[in-house]
Amino acid sequence: MEIPYYPGCTLNTKAKGFDNSVRASARALGLELVELEEWNCCGATFPLLVDNMLDLAGPTQVLVSARREGERLAVACSTCYNVLRRTNKVIREDEDSREKLNFFLDADYSGDLKVLDVLQIVRDDIGFDKVKEAVKKPLAGLKVAAFYGCMVLRPPDEVAYDDPENPRALDDLMIALGAEAVDYPHKGECCGAYLAVKSVEVTAEMSFAILDSAQRSGAELVVTNCPLCQFNLDRMQKAMGIRHAGFQPIPILYYTQLVGIALGLDSEDFELDRHYVDPQPLLKNKSLI
Amino acid sequence: MVETGNPTEGATNSTKALIIGAGIAGMQAALDIANSGYQVIMVDKLPSVGGRMHQLSETFPTLDCAQCILTPRTVEVGHHENIKLLMYSEVESFEGDIGDFRVRVKRKPAYVDWDVCTGCGLCQEKCPKRVISEFERGMGRGKAIYTLSPQAVPNKPVIDAENCIYFVRGRCRVCEKVCPVGAIDFEQKERTVEERVGAVIVATGYDLYPTDGLSQYGYGRIPDVIDGLAFERLLSASGPTAGQVKRPSDGKVAKEVVFVQCAGSRDPALGVPYCSKVCCMYTAKHAMLYKHRVHDGQAYVFYIDIRAAGKGYEEFVQRAMEEERVLYLRGKVSKIFQDDGKVIVWGTDTLSGLPLEVAADLVVLATAMVPKAGAKELGRMLGLETDEFGFYTEADGNMHPLETVRSGIFLAGAGSGPKDIPETVAQGSGAAAKVLSLFARWNSS
Repeated sequence: MEIPYYPGCTLNTKAKGFDNSVRASARALGLELVELEEWNCCGATFPLLVDNMLDLAGPTQVLVSARREGERLAVACSTCYNVLRRTNKVIREDEDSREKLNFFLDADYSGDLKVLDVLQIVRDDIGFDKVKEAVKKPLAGLKVAAFYGCMVLRPPDEVAYDDPENPRALDDLMIALGAEAVDYPHKGECCGAYLAVKSVEVTAEMSFAILDSAQRSGAELVVTNCPLCQFNLDRMQKAMGIRHAGFQPIPILYYTQLVGIALGLDSEDFELDRHYVDPQPLLKNKSLI
Repeated sequence: MVETGNPTEGATNSTKALIIGAGIAGMQAALDIANSGYQVIMVDKLPSVGGRMHQLSETFPTLDCAQCILTPRTVEVGHHENIKLLMYSEVESFEGDIGDFRVRVKRKPAYVDWDVCTGCGLCQEKCPKRVISEFERGMGRGKAIYTLSPQAVPNKPVIDAENCIYFVRGRCRVCEKVCPVGAIDFEQKERTVEERVGAVIVATGYDLYPTDGLSQYGYGRIPDVIDGLAFERLLSASGPTAGQVKRPSDGKVAKEVVFVQCAGSRDPALGVPYCSKVCCMYTAKHAMLYKHRVHDGQAYVFYIDIRAAGKGYEEFVQRAMEEERVLYLRGKVSKIFQDDGKVIVWGTDTLSGLPLEVAADLVVLATAMVPKAGAKELGRMLGLETDEFGFYTEADGNMHPLETVRSGIFLAGAGSGPKDIPETVAQGSGAAAKVLSLFARWNSS
């Protein structure tokens, strides 16, 4: 199965490991992610000002390009997914915006593209049962905390493909890989997001609450589908260590890195060595790499 | 097999009434009609009469023991010569017009011959199979052969075939061996009863918001997050804890209890947009009764605002706040989760503007009232309209609150929208009066 794929800027630069591992894992599961011939930045945040039409032009251009290549678009970055999906809804439902954006971009797009998260495609089109069958190296004995962040959950009626209050998709995927998915209450809380730019303190505290909750539930590792969450949860651990005595670092991976490893793929270009908290000792210890 | 209950089919209008639902609304209507000398057929899915009120501990604002004020009614209904009870039954088909409705009622097999059974209770005592009791909201255990309560009317048991060892594994039949009168009948089949009636009262009542909703509150997932009806059972002397406020997870007496009002109600995004009307009052009652049971306990109530419109209602809530020292916090709860044996409640106090966290032992959700399961299907069979939520639509909300679009079919109780007990009883009497005026007219012509 081939599907047009939008990597987005982060996966094209800082989160190469996410990009490489999602492509390799998808291919191993029979899903060929075909990068769009033409793409640009999604805008990185969905504009909340109602008259800020120009901020919608960027994501709309992505949707227009994608629609030329198919009826569906696969996105791995949760932020891009959020922005593209919400922009798509505006175009589909608001005639005024649709006309203005089409006029500005010299396009004729109706909003009929289906914007899908790769995780959603794996769950609904491939199925976790198939994933389970494809596992070469089960993650047996690995206690994983799935962290969803807000971008694929909120606002629920616009983006959620899972229960926004008690999401399951990542947990179920981890179980399919043979891992133990620990249940913890903070799996959908805010990591601090862009506050990281303004206040390390606030972000570190918000991220700490998440990791503390995960660790107290027994997690050895956290997986997420969001580059910004990955950054905050990973990078802020240094600050957490200073503020909270006894804090033990915990590796934060993209879920696709773990999928790739469990599928027995070569993790050479997964950039496991580029995380702030090195996951390799734990993965070696579990004989996974 | 079809039994014909009324042999005098023909041209004249029937002065027999059908009441669907044997809760407090249906019972009130049945007694009013029966005491006027007319015949009543009562149908209910459950094995005995009493409905939801049977599950309550005490009533607001008087704190009357619900069982004590209900039992005289259930007994009277059970013994009334003009009332025929078709319990453990469902309406299967319905046709005809006012004065001449034909109804077929499916009688589920009880696997007990109720005509022979004396209600001695020996079968329940000896039954080796314990099952989780729905009546106790999943907190207590009953047997695979059961009555809803020791005061059940009729006091005749039914066998839960899904859990009965004999039906599941083909062996056991302990109840049959111990029954002194030979009432157990494993061969009993479903029967259909046909009746001709002149008028109908639909009193199907309510359910609570389903447990798969409200996942932000851990409802259905966290054992110590329960709904209002479950708390009624905990408070009841006849309940699973004999009236002690012991939490379901470990049986410890709850010292900190958080009550969450509008759990699902007034929540267009995650629940239903309407107000469930009774929760402000029963939450005040719950908090008050909790303080009566656990003197050193702390009760917190999260509320949007207090709707205590009713005689003696506002005073009742004030009493909870001032005399019973229940802590009322104006704000919504955002999230509930478990941590280290506690149930953590995140909420906000909008009066102080501060976010709050309470480490509670038990959380009681005042979940929204929704129409009884199957109400919509029944409505379709009867030709009644339902609104977007599934509540029956009145012919006219202002001037005809008990009538439906179909002549001869009337509404009573929470099937048409959330109501408290006094209002429900008043509607039961009102619907009965509507039926009686028809019967009186037909009798005199």
